Amino acid sequence: MKFLLSTHMDPAAWEALPEAERAAMREDKGEFADEVAESGEMILAHELADPSRSAVVRVRDGLAVVADGPYRPAAEFLSGYYLVDCDDRDRAIELAARIPEARVAGVEVRPVMHAAGQDL
Amino acid sequence: MNVEPAVEDLLRELAPQVLGVLTRRYGQFEECEDAVQEAVLAAATQWPAEGVPANPRGWLIAVGSRRLIDQVRKDHSRRQREDTATAQALPLHTGAPEDAVPDADDTLILLFLCCHPTLTPASQTALTLRAVGGLTTAEIAHAFLVPEATMAARISRAKKNIKAAGSTFALPAADEREARLAVVLQVLYLIFNEGYTASSGETLHRADLAQEAIRLTRLVRRLLPADTEVAGLLALMLLTDSRRAARTGPSGELIPLAEQDRTRWDARLLAEGTALIGDLMKHASLGPYLLQAAIAATHASAEKAEDTDWHQVHTLYKILERIAPNPMVTLNRAVALAETRGPAAGLELLSTLDEDDRISGHHRLHAVRAHLREKAGDIEGALESYRLAARITTSLAERRHLEARAARLS
Repeated sequence: MKFLLSTHMDPAAWEALPEAERAAMREDKGEFADEVAESGEMILAHELADPSRSAVVRVRDGLAVVADGPYRPAAEFLSGYYLVDCDDRDRAIELAARIPEARVAGVEVRPVMHAAGQDL
Repeated sequence: MNVEPAVEDLLRELAPQVLGVLTRRYGQFEECEDAVQEAVLAAATQWPAEGVPANPRGWLIAVGSRRLIDQVRKDHSRRQREDTATAQALPLHTGAPEDAVPDADDTLILLFLCCHPTLTPASQTALTLRAVGGLTTAEIAHAFLVPEATMAARISRAKKNIKAAGSTFALPAADEREARLAVVLQVLYLIFNEGYTASSGETLHRADLAQEAIRLTRLVRRLLPADTEVAGLLALMLLTDSRRAARTGPSGELIPLAEQDRTRWDARLLAEGTALIGDLMKHASLGPYLLQAAIAATHASAEKAEDTDWHQVHTLYKILERIAPNPMVTLNRAVALAETRGPAAGLELLSTLDEDDRISGHHRLHAVRAHLREKAGDIEGALESYRLAARITTSLAERRHLEARAARLS
């Protein structure tokens, strides 16, 4: 089963941490990525740039309106994601708990839709 | 691999035999498995161009051995940086000479090894397809819709875990045999479903998995002809697969069993599956696969959906519920019960599942409830359940189907 593990970040909470703790988290993050790649569960992973670099596009009456900034401004925001293929939801949750962002803001575990259909 | 079907069939058949011989000779399953994969890849490119060698099995063993020895030398010199020890790097195993052991035993040992209980299901299926099925990593990755690097890592991790578990290349002890075989059958059924449930857009890549699962289950049946669950699983796969052409419409939409054009069911597969069941039901003890096959056979014997012997279907689910209790079985029994005693009886049985965490949040419970409410004339309730089921399913094909049902009612 494929899951999207999306990491959420709170820059204020991050900055408030002692540097040693931040350094440890960076290291844990690299370790986590290596391990999930090695176990054959990782499909794709990306970090996202700061939401101040985002633009939101809205098409109304056939016209595109572009606004700089995130879709929904908030103290916590989407900061990256891992697309994993693992056995079940429990395993996905186990993986999410090892991502350092889970200690700062949170990691959302969400199943990816698949095309296959069971018999009815 | 994209080679001639005859060559491909031959390679698939020989791959586990060659792996058995190499593992017996050199005793390093992990490395031998890589070497066989390379030998198979080499054969897939050379044989179609240069012709199949007179002794294809011997050719694969020779090439596999050479690759293995090269690899061990390379690893060794990298580690030691000295040539003197290389000669001892690959001690010959002092067991029975490999040719004294029938290939059949080796293939069975390989299956038990690949379906080792310490591995995750995803690893078991991947390794089984490569080591026993003779598929390439690229083919397996393609079939499971993941990048090749992901699949390669999964296979190599699986082999490391087998090594760490201290497995030897031998059949499991007699007292473990049944439990280990159950895992093998589960893995084969997983592979089958992965291919069978593929939507039409994907079938190009994934339908082969169903064929491969059937081929491997036939192989296990040849190796263990007296086992009724192996035969039951084979029958279940054949009977299920016979409906493949009828289970989806022209644009890939799911067609429920009751609405399928039964003339499109594959008569040859149906006949083979039904014949298997007929023999077994007479004297076999009833296991879960055999029972599910019997249910499929009951459906298959009805020329029209309305001729279905729902009493028999219900009885079989009832036995299945007793020997292998599972909320999904109860859910299926509710459908059969609704056919024999009316939708209210089915809905009543469904309500017993609402408290069961294993299924209460599952879209199938709500989809069945919607169906039974519709039958009972509760259109409002049916709509509500169809919409809920459509929202929470993780299958695009099922969502489309459920939304279409809801649209028809509203």
